[in-house]
Amino acid sequence: MILADIIYLFLKASLLLSFILVVVLVLTLAERKALARIQQRKGPNRVGFKGFLQPFADALKLLTKEDILPSSANKRIFWIAPLAVFLPGFLIWVTIPMAQEVVLSNLDMGLFYITAISVLSVMGLLMAGWGSANKWAMIGGLRAAGQLISYEIPFIMAILSIAILAQSFNLKEIVDDQGTWPFALKQPLGLFIFLTAGLAELGRTPFDIHHAESEVVGGPFVEYSGAHWSVFYLAEYMNTFTVAVLTVILFLGGWQSPAMPFTGTLQMIVSLIWFLSKTTLVIWLIFWIRGTYPRLRIDQLMSFGWKILVPASFINIFLTASVLYYGLGEWVITIISLLLILATFYFIRRGSLSKTKQDTVRVIRADDIRAQLSSGAEG
Amino acid sequence: MSVFFFAIAAFIVIAGGIGVVAARNIVYAALSLLAVMVGTAGIFLIGLAEFLALVQLLIYGGAVVIVILFALMLTRIQDFEFLSANKHWPLALIVSISFLVLFLISILVNKRTITEMSGVDISELGLTLFADWAIPFELASLVLLIALIGAVVVVRRDNEENR
Repeated sequence: MILADIIYLFLKASLLLSFILVVVLVLTLAERKALARIQQRKGPNRVGFKGFLQPFADALKLLTKEDILPSSANKRIFWIAPLAVFLPGFLIWVTIPMAQEVVLSNLDMGLFYITAISVLSVMGLLMAGWGSANKWAMIGGLRAAGQLISYEIPFIMAILSIAILAQSFNLKEIVDDQGTWPFALKQPLGLFIFLTAGLAELGRTPFDIHHAESEVVGGPFVEYSGAHWSVFYLAEYMNTFTVAVLTVILFLGGWQSPAMPFTGTLQMIVSLIWFLSKTTLVIWLIFWIRGTYPRLRIDQLMSFGWKILVPASFINIFLTASVLYYGLGEWVITIISLLLILATFYFIRRGSLSKTKQDTVRVIRADDIRAQLSSGAEG
Repeated sequence: MSVFFFAIAAFIVIAGGIGVVAARNIVYAALSLLAVMVGTAGIFLIGLAEFLALVQLLIYGGAVVIVILFALMLTRIQDFEFLSANKHWPLALIVSISFLVLFLISILVNKRTITEMSGVDISELGLTLFADWAIPFELASLVLLIALIGAVVVVRRDNEENR
């Protein structure tokens, strides 16, 4: 009995893993094609028809490359780190529903489970940074920890206001609650905060200071190569997919469609296609942002997170809860939210134009250090 | 079945605890602490306290251990990569033995037989926390706020002295 259960569980988990691997293969090609389109190039077009077999060639190259272990690295931590980054992101998928019945285990606390588990992947980045015994990797790991911990707060707060609206932590119930109007219409500010903080949690381009090539070379991944590096790569694309899927579930109504004439298996397939096409739209938006926005500086990133996103997310929760408590009608949230988005953009604009010094990190310039050293003061 | 899972979780907690104390490398000690936290979350999960388990992962696994590691890595790690002589071990021994005795006494005196395990619904938990126990809850958050402001004040003063 128990053995059969365990085997069944393993089968389901490996099915999930292979689904994610296929998604990641498609996403790598899609991203390269999209970026090429934005930069007026052709992108990969040699392997297979129009380059569609490129991901397989990439995977083969990565797997046959030599795995290099730096001689002064801490071997155990260095090898465990990729797994510690990948595993939390994979565990989230246990409870994510893709259609009415397509879910591994529909947890009652699904939303809370996702936030609690996803936090643990920071540990892997720190381990990679420290275990590499490389100063760029070290700085990159510290940057990653600072950035991810800061942006977790608005991320979780945006999720919480959805839970307040739906009165549930269960992802399926949240989707069912969006039958007529998706939450994007009731929570425009929440959607903005969720997507921005989600991009920061992924470390994708506007927020990729922890593996910025021109500053910290490759961040925590600098010493990795071959199969171990590909695990980081896999985790990054899997998490991109996760954030897109969560955006669809929480804000865009999941697999809900305007009309559903089918029943039974056909309904499941059509709603799955509907769900995946919504996800594709969000993923295109993420690629589009990557192709068109420059990277933030670290002090801009921190002040944006703490001075704009965190207060905005608190205001959003306060607004949602008080409108629901006093029974004011949910369109009130929409209107005030839209005004707040305008206010947010105003503050971002004002912040970017102001000439006042806004250092959240203490900047020490080389001249100051030299002056300090020559005056004989202790640094 | 749950005894089997309890054995696994308890093994993780105990091995992690020994690791925290015995590891000579301080980063290993911090990672063992993470193992203890995850094992404790597992024990909560077996006791059908899902909310507590997730909070354990979020607060202790996600925030506290990461902040500890962050602080370790900001310092010069070479200086104390290998921990050696700890002068306070007799004090630590006395404190931990007295805790052990306290727990043993409380377990032996308070004989309670558990007939059936049942989890608590999260909405019930929320209502209890925010209606019946609202004032203690707010007081706890006030304590955290004071700690936060205190940290800012301490850092500010330090900075001015340096400049």
